[in-house]
Amino acid sequence: MSDTTINEHEPEVLDRVILRFAGDSGDGMQLVGDQFTTISALFGNDLATFPDFPAEIRAPAGTLAGVSAFQVQISDHDILTPGDAPNVLVAMNPAALKANVATLPPGATVIVNVDAFEERNLTKAGYDVNPLTDGSLSAYTVYEIPMTSITTEVSKDAGVKPRDAERSKNFFALGLICWLYTRPVDGTAEWIKSKYEGKFLVMEANLRALKAGYHFGETAELFASSFEVHPATLEPGEYVNITGNTATAWGLIAAAKQSGLPLFLGTYPITPASDILHELSKHKEFGVRTFQAEDEIAGIGAALGAAFGGALGVTTTSGPGADLKAEMMGLGVSLELPLLIINIQRGGPSTGLPTKTEQADLLHAMYGRHGESPLPIVAAKTPSHCFEATIEAVRLAVKYRTPVILLSDGYLANGTEPWRLPDVADLPVIDPDFASGPNHTDEDGNEVFWPYVRDETTLARPWAPPGLAGLEHRIGGLEKADGSGNVSYDGDNHERMTRLRAAKIAGIANDIPPTDVDDEDGHADVLVVGWGSTYGAIAAGVRRVRARGHKVAHAHLVHLNPFPADLGDVLGRYRRVLVPEVNMGQLSRLLRAEYLVDVVSFTQLKGIPFRAASMESAILELIRAEDGGDGRSGAVTSSVGGTPVDGTVPADGKVYP
Amino acid sequence: MTDLAQADGTHTNGASVPVPVTTRKDWSSDQEVRWCPGCGDYTILAAMQMLLPDLGVRRENTVFLSGIGCAARLPYYMNTYGMHSIHGRAPAIATGLAATRPDLDVWVITGDGDSLSIGGNHLIHALRRNVNITILLFNNQIYGLTKGQYSPTSEMAKVTKSTPFGSLEQPFNPLSLALGAEASFVARSHDMDRKHMTEMFRRAHAHKGSSFVEIYQNCNVFNDGAFEQITGKEHRSEMLIPLVHGEPIRFGAEGEHGVVRGPDGAVEVVSVADVGESALLVHDEHRENPGLAFQLSRLSRGPYEPTPIGVFRDVDRPEYGLEMTRQVDAVIERKGEGDIAALLRSGSSWTVE
Ligand SMILES: Cc1ncc(C[n+]2csc(CCOP(=O)(O)OP(=O)(O)O)c2C)c(N)n1
Ligand code: SF4
Ligand SMILES: [Mg+2]
Repeated sequence: MSDTTINEHEPEVLDRVILRFAGDSGDGMQLVGDQFTTISALFGNDLATFPDFPAEIRAPAGTLAGVSAFQVQISDHDILTPGDAPNVLVAMNPAALKANVATLPPGATVIVNVDAFEERNLTKAGYDVNPLTDGSLSAYTVYEIPMTSITTEVSKDAGVKPRDAERSKNFFALGLICWLYTRPVDGTAEWIKSKYEGKFLVMEANLRALKAGYHFGETAELFASSFEVHPATLEPGEYVNITGNTATAWGLIAAAKQSGLPLFLGTYPITPASDILHELSKHKEFGVRTFQAEDEIAGIGAALGAAFGGALGVTTTSGPGADLKAEMMGLGVSLELPLLIINIQRGGPSTGLPTKTEQADLLHAMYGRHGESPLPIVAAKTPSHCFEATIEAVRLAVKYRTPVILLSDGYLANGTEPWRLPDVADLPVIDPDFASGPNHTDEDGNEVFWPYVRDETTLARPWAPPGLAGLEHRIGGLEKADGSGNVSYDGDNHERMTRLRAAKIAGIANDIPPTDVDDEDGHADVLVVGWGSTYGAIAAGVRRVRARGHKVAHAHLVHLNPFPADLGDVLGRYRRVLVPEVNMGQLSRLLRAEYLVDVVSFTQLKGIPFRAASMESAILELIRAEDGGDGRSGAVTSSVGGTPVDGTVPADGKVYP
Repeated sequence: MTDLAQADGTHTNGASVPVPVTTRKDWSSDQEVRWCPGCGDYTILAAMQMLLPDLGVRRENTVFLSGIGCAARLPYYMNTYGMHSIHGRAPAIATGLAATRPDLDVWVITGDGDSLSIGGNHLIHALRRNVNITILLFNNQIYGLTKGQYSPTSEMAKVTKSTPFGSLEQPFNPLSLALGAEASFVARSHDMDRKHMTEMFRRAHAHKGSSFVEIYQNCNVFNDGAFEQITGKEHRSEMLIPLVHGEPIRFGAEGEHGVVRGPDGAVEVVSVADVGESALLVHDEHRENPGLAFQLSRLSRGPYEPTPIGVFRDVDRPEYGLEMTRQVDAVIERKGEGDIAALLRSGSSWTVE
């Protein structure tokens, strides 16, 4: 520590910084992380966040199980991930330190609430000796700050009970970090005032703690200097900081508007999907109807019923809920009605890791129904991309009269990034193209309506919600005769209908963009193919590899069924294809099966996103193997079931067996 | 036809055109009815098809939804909009339809297995929410379509294909269950009396919110004669207790039996001569407290004791779909119609020049 003070120094300029706020579940770490993010977003930084919290609402205080963390990377240039290893860790208690210390690179800054480092807490965290005194943190710059005592002290004369005042220590930490990174606290002060309106003492305690933290930084002469991360030069436009779940909810509202269809959400609460329900239920001014059903089956059932009635039927779920919906999805495939199933994937099997991310439902989405039951799959790749992906999924559902599965995951759902708002006028228009009259002449020459007469190009059937005379018809889960839709048990008809349903979905390949390949000059030998939330880590890894002077290409699939029509050709252009996934290699299987390409699978299942560093080394390893003329197989050891090749510790320091 | 998709869910097509005069034939689809000859489902279908021309409703605004089972085939035979869905889930599907399309008449056709076994959860919640649907439960006390296993309404000790040594399970009383689930309209009828069925369907249709009608239905193949002891022509007067609103509850060829509240508050069958006419319980469908209706639903332990039929309960409760629409309308009224551009800027936004 230095004896110089901030007053003698200009803030030191950094191009980016990764901060991690960690504390007990009850310490309000998500809240201050959010606030710091908002401040930084408004300040103009590019950023990406990663909330990382336990499944329990309040695990026993002070234990490792109860640690809740929020990681944010802020930068003066465009970034893709919340960062691999924090430069700064704020640890509100020993458990928060212990859970996160292993992720810190040497030289990192550790700011601890020293008041919490007393024997009871140390024991609960599993420390035999105090890590602040045993030299184990010598690789880091450690600041021991009595956050609890200062926070209680400053609120004393406001009449706040010490016990209540203590709860404001998260705002002390926020104030301190705001000073350290040279950003104003006024916005947060205003936020506190409106949030705690009517609860004067809480408001006062929080405000005082916030200011105390800020002033502490200024006056305590503890820090050598403060830092500055300049605003990023982002594309001009209006920005908001958005989570994937909010973007998904807004995407649904926009898709409803763009199609003129009333939006109906049938759903059952489940982490991490519930926030979509919460967000949509706030927006009845858009005519949105939300239905919290008795279970997931009823949620999707009601959505299908609404779709039958001419609404945009949507259901949202995760993990176990996705299993429950399978039968109704099959009915949707048979009825050929538009329906959107949004699966915010989480760690499985069973209840698995409710608050942790995973991409392990791709094959479930693809094949998780009995019978030949194909449906389109769309996957969002970043939090803000959820908006666009949702609209695309709705477009396909409506145009092709089919259930569509939209895959997101826990990381996208809760993570945030700045989003340059689209021009509403540029959003795609979706035409429901309802049936308007008879479409067939029967044997007796009568004009009749047949529900299974198909459009010649799309193979979609007419959508004829109740209400029009002359179009009355019955549909059901029994096999239908081609055209008339009457029940048919005829084998030839069943074969024809099965192939028609499959051809309809396969034909969507002609209605989606070709594979978007990022290959600087087209000379790369190695192609990385990803899908979903690995986008940021792969793109960041690719940048790093390129910065080292290597060539590598990246394609990130948004449409997973069907694949873009040119995907086979694209794969064929590269000598090696690396497929990173947070699962056991599900896309790899699909690509191998579909294109007979011997892709290299690179997987991780730790409940957290990939790091850019592990992506970088996986790509490098493949490039080196290729340069060394190693032949075409077995170059990267970390294939199905492997761990990240660089063996780094996961960002939260926990080990998931 | 985008008017279908109006946010308020109302459909205006044909509103000014008078409802056409129809006959049974207009309501019958061209599909061959495929129940076993002699099945009770035929008479229920006939009662329905004969009633509809009378109701002053439009075919295009009528929807029959069903799950799976013999009973659930009915929508195929109606010349209306219809959906034969999956086992047990019709009330859930109907909830989404009724909540978005309050302009439609939604009928749910279900069996005892469909609604009380696999779909029990959806049934009770639809009733609790008072979704505007009319649920007709064809209770044949057996799984018909799967060829004769016992069902949740089969009597104890019943010998079936899956219970060769007799069923060990206490059956559900569908009306008690519906009443316990807060149903606002509960009635019972049987397939041997088309007139009574028609009347019950008419009443159920007129009720706003969820209506629940149990129909004793004979499966002559797998559970023949299950209700014979009470619905057989020669037994009816002695074994069926017609519930008539505002009237003392009595039955028998000469009205010689009646129902009273016993000293312990339970209802029981008595001889009118013994207690006097004035002691008889006067039926009140609109009683707020469902306690008496519940007791009446349990007056007989099974279709071998005198059994009440008719409307047990008919009370007004807010209707789910309507309330949902009201909430939406109220918010639009207060905030104005939503604007996407404004929504996207509803958090803190900033501008990069
Ligand atoms: C998910 C599922 N499980 C089982 C079945 C098989 N199944 C079809 S109908 C039925 C029972 C029908 O009984 P009920 O509802 O009483 O109707 P009924 O045939 O007696 O009219 C069963 C078990 C099915 N179709 N779907
Ligand atoms: S099995 Fe029974 S219920 Fe089914 S159609 Fe035949 S007689 Fe009717
Ligand atoms: Mg049955």
